[in-house]
Amino acid sequence: MIRVRRSAVIDAPIERVWAVLRDFNSHSAWHPAVGPSTIERGEPADQVGCVRDFTLKDGNQIREQLLALSDRDHVSTYCILDATLPMRNYVATVQLKRVTDGDRTFWHWESTFDVPRGREREFEQLVGGQVYEAGFTGLAAFLGRGGRQSPALSVTDVQGMVAMSFGGPEVLQLRRLEALPPRSGEVRLRQTAIGVNYIDVYIRAGLYRMIEPPAPIGMEAAGVVVESNAPGFSPGDRVAYACSPPGAYVTMRTLPAAQLVLLPDHVDEETAAALMLKGMTAEYLLYRLHRVRPGDTVLVHAAAGGVGLLLCQWAQALGARVIGTVSSDAKAELARANGCEHPIVTRSYIFAEKTKQLTGGRGADVIYDGLGRDAAQENLAALATRGHWVSYGQATGALDPVNLSAKSGTFSQPVLFHYTADYLQPMAGRVFAALRDGILKPDVRRRYPLAGAADAHRDLEARRTTGQIVLLA
Amino acid sequence: MIKVYTSSVIDAPADAVWAQVRDFNGLPRWTPFVAESRIEEGQPADRIGCVRNFRLRDGGMIRERLLTLSDYDYQCSYSILESPMGVENYVATIKLTPVTEGNRTFAEWWAEFDCAPEREKALAEQIGQDVFQAGFDTLKKVVAR
Repeated sequence: MIRVRRSAVIDAPIERVWAVLRDFNSHSAWHPAVGPSTIERGEPADQVGCVRDFTLKDGNQIREQLLALSDRDHVSTYCILDATLPMRNYVATVQLKRVTDGDRTFWHWESTFDVPRGREREFEQLVGGQVYEAGFTGLAAFLGRGGRQSPALSVTDVQGMVAMSFGGPEVLQLRRLEALPPRSGEVRLRQTAIGVNYIDVYIRAGLYRMIEPPAPIGMEAAGVVVESNAPGFSPGDRVAYACSPPGAYVTMRTLPAAQLVLLPDHVDEETAAALMLKGMTAEYLLYRLHRVRPGDTVLVHAAAGGVGLLLCQWAQALGARVIGTVSSDAKAELARANGCEHPIVTRSYIFAEKTKQLTGGRGADVIYDGLGRDAAQENLAALATRGHWVSYGQATGALDPVNLSAKSGTFSQPVLFHYTADYLQPMAGRVFAALRDGILKPDVRRRYPLAGAADAHRDLEARRTTGQIVLLA
Repeated sequence: MIKVYTSSVIDAPADAVWAQVRDFNGLPRWTPFVAESRIEEGQPADRIGCVRNFRLRDGGMIRERLLTLSDYDYQCSYSILESPMGVENYVATIKLTPVTEGNRTFAEWWAEFDCAPEREKALAEQIGQDVFQAGFDTLKKVVAR
């Protein structure tokens, strides 16, 4: 059992300090190591028993429960329920006492917990230094700012690639725009890398009516916070997002903090910009919509494509047997090198017979299908009994209604943003962990300046690219 | 029953401050208002139940009994047996807590007692400021590094 004790004197009356600390969800506003935090089930932050769910800026995730709160004694006691850190039986107490001499506040922070043998000293230093002592400094600075996040800046000139109308790549033009000062709950960031996705082409061309020209396009980017009016984010934090509405092809952007994730040290901004959308797509397809288990047979279409390669890498790491379809021998090699055990080369979407051969006649337990109409009959034939057909894209056209009674099959048509709306932080966290562990291998092959976005679109539409494309702002 | 509470931050390690405070016979050394002190019946100053008998600079005599003393908690408490202050059921506690930031000491001194209602406000002010805070101020100079 480790016991950690730290204490400090805060140059503010106890009432001011306690008003902040008694709010169990306030730590993201003042603690420099704490990222976004929410109280589960929308409970009040002073309700004993409530649970806060938060991300540390190093990427760790923690759930803590409020065990006791006393306005009379200025005491708050809480414990860790779950954490990605190897800490057990962690119970901590924060206690404030009035310093009548100078109307200041004495703050005592103490905990006991267990860690794996041999790591006691490391965790004593981590909790005492990076949590408690950093918290003292952070709260003092927070109160010194008057309890606001950061000073207000003015409207800033921004450059962006704007679709002047719906049409070809030439409709993208560099224009001056604005990034407004962040309102409550918002963050303004200086973007450094912007991801290019095929959906950007659809939006630019007007196939997906997600903008009204003239408007900037783009779904994902990464950068550095320059101004924050939201708890959990401070100037200098490196962040990324992948969200609607479009508008990522810009040098600076003001966004709701709820759409941002903090980047751990091991993820650079270019990788994040290239991988947020595709990585989180692979995450929910493999872990949430369908839970892939060791021994499952997974059929991945366009296995050498952006999401396809990630699905192959990750599904193989999960112990699945990966079959894929690709359009050329070269792409088959690429897919094979990324975890696809059996790439099937086909330009006419014929793969069911081969899939059944490879599975002893059983078929695929789950099919990740971005093809749509032209592969529908083959998909039905390739599906195992009680299999799951996941249609997450329709590159060859919209599917007709599907009858799955012959297979007792399940059919899903998921949309990424319905998952990120509720699970953004854990989804991104799992993508970052997979990057760290070498399961996902980012492959940024093409870099263009922001002003060269039209060239990037031309190359993408001409299928001249493999790997991910980023714009550098 | 009224309660008086005074606290301060002393710029010295808790061990150094406690070395002064734990001496129940040490008031002349670290308060401005005690002229001389002795422990009755030749008892050790850290024996629970011992009585200190001291004379204030203004001439008043006070007798106090040591009730608790904890080297583990840096805390002691005592009661007044006789004094010219006009208080009853007077029990006071001094407690020190280390401040890890800066290796300093958070010092608390509080008392509970009964007195004539019309004297409560003045007595609380007098004890809180002229006794406890004045004691801390002198203590700060005594242990100054």
